[in-house]
Amino acid sequence: MHHGPAVKLESDNAADPKAKLGLVLFFVYSLVYVGFIIINTLSPKTMGESIVLGLNLAVVYGFGLILLAIVMGLIYNIMCNRIEKKLNIAQETVD
Amino acid sequence: MIYEASPIAVGLFVFIVLLVLGISFYFAKRTRDSKSYFTASGSIHWSVNGIAFAGDYLSAASFLGIAGMIATVGYDGFLYSIGYLAGWVVALFVVAEPLKRLGKYTFSDALDSTFNSKGIQLMAGISTLVVSVCYLIPQMVGAGALVTPLLGLPHYVGVIMVGSIVIFIVATAGMVSTTYVQFLKGGLLIVFSMVLVVLVLRNGFSLSPSDDYHEFKSVGATVDDDGTVTALAHNPYVIVGQETVGSLRFVKLIENGVETWWKLDLNGGDPVLHETLSIVKTANGKTLYNGEPKANEKFYQVGHFSKLVVDGVEVESVKNLNPAEFFSIIEDSEIVRFATKDFTAAGDKVTVWYQSATPGEKILRPGLKFKVDEGATTSSKLNFVSLMLALFFGTSALPHILIRYYTVPDQKSARKSTIVAISAIGFFYILTLFMGLGAMVNGVLDVESSNMSAPLLAKYFGTALFAIISAVAFATVLGTVSGLIVAASGAVAHDLMDQFMGIQLTDKGKVKAGKIAAVAVGALAIVLGIYFKTTNVSFLVGLAFAVAASANLPAILMLLFWKKTTSKGIAASIFVGMVSALTLIALSPSMYELYESTATAPFPLDNPGIVSIPLSFAVLIIVSLLTQPKRTPTV
Repeated sequence: MHHGPAVKLESDNAADPKAKLGLVLFFVYSLVYVGFIIINTLSPKTMGESIVLGLNLAVVYGFGLILLAIVMGLIYNIMCNRIEKKLNIAQETVD
Repeated sequence: MIYEASPIAVGLFVFIVLLVLGISFYFAKRTRDSKSYFTASGSIHWSVNGIAFAGDYLSAASFLGIAGMIATVGYDGFLYSIGYLAGWVVALFVVAEPLKRLGKYTFSDALDSTFNSKGIQLMAGISTLVVSVCYLIPQMVGAGALVTPLLGLPHYVGVIMVGSIVIFIVATAGMVSTTYVQFLKGGLLIVFSMVLVVLVLRNGFSLSPSDDYHEFKSVGATVDDDGTVTALAHNPYVIVGQETVGSLRFVKLIENGVETWWKLDLNGGDPVLHETLSIVKTANGKTLYNGEPKANEKFYQVGHFSKLVVDGVEVESVKNLNPAEFFSIIEDSEIVRFATKDFTAAGDKVTVWYQSATPGEKILRPGLKFKVDEGATTSSKLNFVSLMLALFFGTSALPHILIRYYTVPDQKSARKSTIVAISAIGFFYILTLFMGLGAMVNGVLDVESSNMSAPLLAKYFGTALFAIISAVAFATVLGTVSGLIVAASGAVAHDLMDQFMGIQLTDKGKVKAGKIAAVAVGALAIVLGIYFKTTNVSFLVGLAFAVAASANLPAILMLLFWKKTTSKGIAASIFVGMVSALTLIALSPSMYELYESTATAPFPLDNPGIVSIPLSFAVLIIVSLLTQPKRTPTV
């Protein structure tokens, strides 16, 4: 039995640039996430400081990490769509 | 506490279960071959798959465990929400599209796509099985916790009920029905959680959460030089026993023949005894709740403000809050939580839950569970880092999440469905902080089971909402367990039997083998669900994440991004990651507590991720470098 995909996939010329873009965004998010862990472990009292609307840094940073994931996901999708449009349509034209 | 079934709760529960079974029957007719059974033939629309992802992911751990943990330890419970969601970033940016491109039925296919290695097939199949079972345990525990208040049945009945229904679902219809069940319950869970949060905000806060909330009593006391309570300020209580547990002193008082336990607070030279909640297993085999049989209903739901401060002024109550006010009022106020201690007194095994007034500012930042602030040690800080690491890297290594990438037609759909999932799950996780803190202050907590906090908060707003929320939560467990069992059965039928052992099965035979595996895994999950009854489900899921992150993620990432990765490196990495994570969990302090051992746990951390994940990466790199294919010399 072979290990190919469950459905027949079209070739994707945009795979490499999308993978690179994904890695860049992954590292950006990881830095923000690591920052959260570092503040919590090295300076936990900082997390209790009021930042905005009476909310402390822990709440703002926590909600921020969740919202950032959603926003970066949407940006990633828009950029991937553009890359796919550019490279895959260009390939179809050549074919 | 005592739970009684209400007709509306039973009716809605039966309706949801029948709806789930109806969906299963309907889609069972469309399941004709193995492709359909294991991957829904890759035919699911990305938007449906995205919500189904949310359905898979928002399991008992999220709804019951996180809300329950926030209700007992505040912000530390919310760390799970943050970590669980952050894990999706790894799934979206790194894993989703490449995995879709490489695999067929299971993630082992993706790992093995360039090697066709028996070692990978065996290790990946076993790892999928192990992680699925680890993840199944908390779902089963959650199922039991739900059925008790909903139907008034014992915990183990709930576990058996869920196990049986799910085995039936999976053994009939496979991935198509699982997907639509997940879609339905994922959507319902988010909608009704939002309703619950709106009600919490409108209801606001009060020093007295409800008319029938138990008023905890205090009695002035005289204490001699060695800390023994010698007299009480007033009758009708009489001192009948005292125990020192660490730095705490508990005193047994009797009134009208009822014995209760009280905690001594020295209170700056003005000693006071404060009433506790207690469960006493007497030497003659009786179990007493606050000194009386359970049926007398003297074991109360708890959780209240001791000081409610709005704009710097102490008030009795405040209504109609906006989200920012909700947090700022908690931050400025003081909340009574209930800490617990176990001890033995005159042959009786005593568990007390005593009042612990905690400033809101401490509740809204890490530190009550994960010791990163006061009383922190190096190992307690490492424990926190280890958990956050495991949650971040665990999501994209969970088998029941990975197989969902094969239910959509192409890479683009895999990406889009992940983004839908992140949005839905992220929104839900924001709601968990409101639900958990709402449960903490509205007098709804059952100190025996933190897992019931969110459903009991719903009950505070009426039986109908409680019934709907509980039924949806039950469907949540059904859906997640279905997905896990499909993943586990795929590992047995496809990875181990077909790929590794080379057993030539017909397409129908493969589906049959998958169904038999589903029944076996389901039965095992039932047994483990009963054994781990009292453990917080989110904690258990954290461990499953650690095993998944250690066993699977290094293999996935290195295969995708390191050209020198070899099949032996992958197989060794999965084996070492899985075994080291399981061993360290078995040697951890929490497990020693579960064993009821008084010995010090050999491994100081509860979560093994910080050791087992790097170890798995290191093994993969070293073994791959040692097993590089020999280059053919060119002339």
